[in-house]
Amino acid sequence: MRALLVDITKCIGCGSCVAACREQNRLPVPADGSWPSQPDAQNFTVLKKAAWKGEEYNYRRLCMHCLTPTCESVCPVGALRKTAQGPVVYDESRCIGCRYCLQACPFSVPRYEWTSLEPRVRKCNLCEARVAEGRPNACAEACPTGATIAGEREELLKTARARIAAEPEKYVSHIYGEHEAGGTSVLFLSPIPFEKLELPAGLMAEPLPLLTFRVLSKIPHLVATGGALLAGVWWITNRRQEVAAAEAAEKEKQP
Amino acid sequence: MNRVRNYFWRVVVSLIFAAGLWATVVRFTRGLGGATHLSDSFPWGLWIGFDLLCGVGLAAGGFAIAATVYLLHLEKYRPILRPTILTAFLGYMLVIAALMYDLGRPWRIWHALVFWNPRSVMFEVAWCVMLYTAVLALEFSPMLWERLGWAPVQRVMRAVTIPLVGLGVILSTLHQSSLGSLYLIVPTKLDPLWYSPLLPLFFFLSSIAVGMAMVIFESGLSARAFGKALELSLLKQVARVMAVTLAVYLLLRFQDLVWRGVLSQVWTARGETALFWLENALLAIPMALCFSGRLRSNPQGLFGCAVLVVAGFLANRLNVSVSGLQRSAGAPYFPSWMEIAVTLTIVAAGFVLFNLAVRYLAVFRPAKYDAVTVGVPEGTTPLRSWL
Repeated sequence: MRALLVDITKCIGCGSCVAACREQNRLPVPADGSWPSQPDAQNFTVLKKAAWKGEEYNYRRLCMHCLTPTCESVCPVGALRKTAQGPVVYDESRCIGCRYCLQACPFSVPRYEWTSLEPRVRKCNLCEARVAEGRPNACAEACPTGATIAGEREELLKTARARIAAEPEKYVSHIYGEHEAGGTSVLFLSPIPFEKLELPAGLMAEPLPLLTFRVLSKIPHLVATGGALLAGVWWITNRRQEVAAAEAAEKEKQP
Repeated sequence: MNRVRNYFWRVVVSLIFAAGLWATVVRFTRGLGGATHLSDSFPWGLWIGFDLLCGVGLAAGGFAIAATVYLLHLEKYRPILRPTILTAFLGYMLVIAALMYDLGRPWRIWHALVFWNPRSVMFEVAWCVMLYTAVLALEFSPMLWERLGWAPVQRVMRAVTIPLVGLGVILSTLHQSSLGSLYLIVPTKLDPLWYSPLLPLFFFLSSIAVGMAMVIFESGLSARAFGKALELSLLKQVARVMAVTLAVYLLLRFQDLVWRGVLSQVWTARGETALFWLENALLAIPMALCFSGRLRSNPQGLFGCAVLVVAGFLANRLNVSVSGLQRSAGAPYFPSWMEIAVTLTIVAAGFVLFNLAVRYLAVFRPAKYDAVTVGVPEGTTPLRSWL
């Protein structure tokens, strides 16, 4: 399964990934080549700066491509889907625009075309077409320092572990995305706390969809027992009324 | 005096409708971004928090009273049945109207019928809205058939009433609780004062309490507007059910804070804390008052309690859907005037439709319900007067 490994220690903030992403997804490019402070409907990835102990670091924001995506589970019409090859992709033709994916995403990734009359949800698609052809992702291919590399998830996890083991003083001893929200296809290595990279701390290691599935899975039982219970209650009260009516009639007969 | 008051309300409603019309034009020519203050960091606002969550909750009296009369055979509650069913039916119609504004592509609302994702709470919500609106339409329809004098249809309706009511109870239970389940997926975003694994149960219990409050509230309004009210003895019973439900709800609500270890947070100085106390005080005060027999015998007191419960319920739903999410969103959200105008238009439409129904259908004075009556039921205006 395709994944990306982003190593913050290697990022020089050149913006090649942003430019490559725009080209790949045919997104508009401003005259000065700049990008906004957060991803939006026309920028699936952006570069940002984080300050920590007097040093400045560059980091990327993009869709995490969860292994069990929250967006996929919450979409009422199945417009979001995790493919076997790794990308979490969006099917515009199904979307009704309820925006539950925006609300539910633990990484607050999906964006909406707010001013459009036929609005779409927009986000990184992990270069679905490239992945299908076996080519590297556009951002990884464009990265001059290897700060973003593409590969099989298992391989990238091994690489990440090896890097931490080789230079433990350089990294926080944690691969973000190995377990967060049940694991993601985009992995981060960082020299500074992950919260500084806008990656939420304290996310559960289980996939979030379990939270709702525990409740939804009880529905069939609720319907069956509820229906039986209601029928029973109706029968008892109805019978009681019939008996009362019959007794009243009986009394009237006997003077 | 009465005339002046009528005139005043007509002007208010007309102004609301004019603002709503303007907002509607903007919404459907400039998109959601042009009409609302919604954003990528705050994708659900007033239309979901108030129109959907509160609209559905306020309609909860419908299934509770229908079950009481038809399944428990508590005949004395029959006078409440029709106004409650009418409220629920109008409530659901207005919720669907609000959804048409809020969905990005409302003309695709039928997609949930074709493209299934049973693992989605929103999928459950969509099906509950569709099916229960259909059930409510059928439960409401006898008022219409009776009015039109369609005896054969009335006979068919009477035959299917019981299974229909049962279906309505199950669908409502699912729907009320599923609105709470919607927020189970945001454990890191929703403030711990509101996020709880028990959200579905909380939404269900509070909807029953507010359903009872709405019965009292409407009876009070109708007494004023049409001189048609329900018997005080009945309303006292309804108030008792409301108080007991609220007691169970509040007990669980605070016990849940203990279980989750966040009880200490109800004393920290934050805006959220104030809203938390406002919400729970608005529910706890009328609960305590309704346990007193003397207050329950006072129509004004009952009406006041019902208003407080409705306010507390609205506060709860808006806290879960808006205030409790502000901090994690990082961007403040306050609805635009157009969002407010659409919401007010929908509420006003509810009052106008209720008014019309009371005037032209036998809502408060059901002609002998189980006998097939033909002609104009007693106490209603002849149909031609508004044609």
